[in-house]
Amino acid sequence: MEIVYVYVKKRSEFGKQCNFSDRQAELNIDIMPNPELAEQFVERNPVDTGIQCSVSMSEHEANTERFEMETRGVNHVEGGWPKDVNPLELEQTIRFRKKVEKDENYVNAIMQLGSIMEHCIKQNNAIDIYEEYFNDEEAVEVMEEAPSAKTINVFRDPQEIKRAATHLSWHPDGNRKLAVAYSCLDFQRAPVGMSSDSYIWDLENPNKPELALKPSSPLVTLEFNPKDSHVLLGGCYNGQIACWDTRKGSLVAELSTIEFSHRDPVYGTIWLQSKTGTECFSASTDGQVMWWDIRKMSEPTEVVIMDITKKEQLENALGAISLEFESTLPTKFMVGTEQGIIISCNRKAKTSAEKIVCTFPGHHGPVYALQRNPFYPKNFLTVGDWTARIWSEDSRESSIMWTKYHMAYLTDAAWSPIRPAVFFTTKMDGTLDIWDFVFKQCDPALSLKVCDEALFCLRVQDNGCFIACGSQLGTTTLLEVSPGLSTLQRNEKNIASSMFERETRREKILEARHREMRLKEKGKAEGRDEEQTDEDLDIDLEVLVSRAEEEFFDIIFAELKKKEADAIKLTPMPQQPSPEEDQAVEEGEEAAGEGKSEEVEEDLA
Amino acid sequence: MEIGEIQSHKGVIGTMVVNAEGIPIRTTLDNSTTVQYAGLLHHLTMKAKSTVRDIDPQNDLTFLRIRSKKHEIMVAPDKEYLLIVIQNPCE
Repeated sequence: MEIVYVYVKKRSEFGKQCNFSDRQAELNIDIMPNPELAEQFVERNPVDTGIQCSVSMSEHEANTERFEMETRGVNHVEGGWPKDVNPLELEQTIRFRKKVEKDENYVNAIMQLGSIMEHCIKQNNAIDIYEEYFNDEEAVEVMEEAPSAKTINVFRDPQEIKRAATHLSWHPDGNRKLAVAYSCLDFQRAPVGMSSDSYIWDLENPNKPELALKPSSPLVTLEFNPKDSHVLLGGCYNGQIACWDTRKGSLVAELSTIEFSHRDPVYGTIWLQSKTGTECFSASTDGQVMWWDIRKMSEPTEVVIMDITKKEQLENALGAISLEFESTLPTKFMVGTEQGIIISCNRKAKTSAEKIVCTFPGHHGPVYALQRNPFYPKNFLTVGDWTARIWSEDSRESSIMWTKYHMAYLTDAAWSPIRPAVFFTTKMDGTLDIWDFVFKQCDPALSLKVCDEALFCLRVQDNGCFIACGSQLGTTTLLEVSPGLSTLQRNEKNIASSMFERETRREKILEARHREMRLKEKGKAEGRDEEQTDEDLDIDLEVLVSRAEEEFFDIIFAELKKKEADAIKLTPMPQQPSPEEDQAVEEGEEAAGEGKSEEVEEDLA
Repeated sequence: MEIGEIQSHKGVIGTMVVNAEGIPIRTTLDNSTTVQYAGLLHHLTMKAKSTVRDIDPQNDLTFLRIRSKKHEIMVAPDKEYLLIVIQNPCE
């Protein structure tokens, strides 16, 4: 059935402009389905049809005839002999060879090649160039990068009224947490409404502290128990010692009684290595060092008064401002005092008077930090006045090494736990200095401005990479140190120990000389009259002075005369051109002479 | 003769001169060994020479050293001849 649609147009309208217009749709043809046709088909459900538009391909297999292969080698026996020579005949080959040998080309080539070859043979015999040199040295990584440190995180005090971060303690396992003690150390200037909370921060979350510790009085120091990481010890501003268990919450678990505590802020608290893990000791500016057992905090187990006159008078006692204890030397501990003296004590002494073993002159001001070198416990680092000093237990009259006087007061210092020659210091102007005295002794290896306000405390993590420092406005900054400063260098231990020994020896020699000189002076004073000695000294002095003056003036005059002589030598400048002129005249004569001889030759020619 | 001089150096096991066709002209080793060396080293030298020239046409092979566990084979090539020396660097 054909479907046709016819439309009509007048001939006169051919070529006319088309005017299109809208019109309704018209149904032209409607073809209804014919159910009878459906009976000719069988429904199939589901239908598997490919609807992709692609080339249709078919697969065929064909079997080829078997192809046999074999591997064979050819042995080339004799060279390419020319046709007339039979390789098997000895005579012919010899004759051929002799002919070649007589060829001039051959001779030259052999001479040349021979010399090259000889050179190489001799070379081989002289040196074995393929020898394994430096077999024993392992690949040494040269740390060429400059030391650097970068800030990783900053933890700000969430309180409105800012307090200073006075002490930091790293969590003993994993070092993922940091405990910070906040307090205001200005005497009686703590602003009203200042919170006494201290916080434990999780390093991953600098926005909100993980746990707040709520003592009755602000904490000056705070320490994690190295044996039990849930327990913390804090020293309060009012002299009490407080103990927390983080599993139990933020309130104080144990608190020492006021009557038996310190009378001044507790500046140092350290856990002791005991089997029970509950012993600790604390020091304060009231001049006492107390030992506590946290199970029974009502009174200290032991009290030692820091009286260096050994009379145990509290009035004479020196206020302790830093405390040091090394678990490898369990009976000894050291106290740094407000007066600048460092006291070394022995806990196990029989009488209290013997507890104080010796003192070191220390600094001009309070000793704010005191720490033994983790590798060489005989040497310890102290910080106070405007310098940092390194001491040796053997040299009691002065420090063995010291830095120059800085512009700002040093507030805290710590050794690096990985490198024996590296230590860190913080200053009142907010800079953190990293000293590496294997590298440079007069200046810090790296000096970083951490913040604008003063830095009060510093703590290095056990792996030596991370440093946390606390500032006056309660901001704790976490820095990462470059690997060069936190990996043990080759030979560093030896160099550091030899440096310490050398300096100790130097100090000892100086001490010995001082002693000798003092003895001599004493001897002189006792032996002669004082007046005579004075006159002698005077006369000697005058003679020496006049002699010195004469020598001085002689030298000056000699120098002046020399200068004049030199000046005179330089003046005959105008005379010099005249010899040059003479030379020119002479040359001119010679040229003229030559010219004449040439003329003569021409004439002859 | 030069060959004798070279042979007299310390550690030299054998010396031979081979021409461009692979015919050993002079040798201090036995014939079969010589022929073997000549055939193999000739090809290797040609290959080395063509390699050097392929990389840089202005360049040319001056010397070839093959160091093996037991000894060192040194080949000095020329337009027509090859001087081959086998040396044992004494260690």
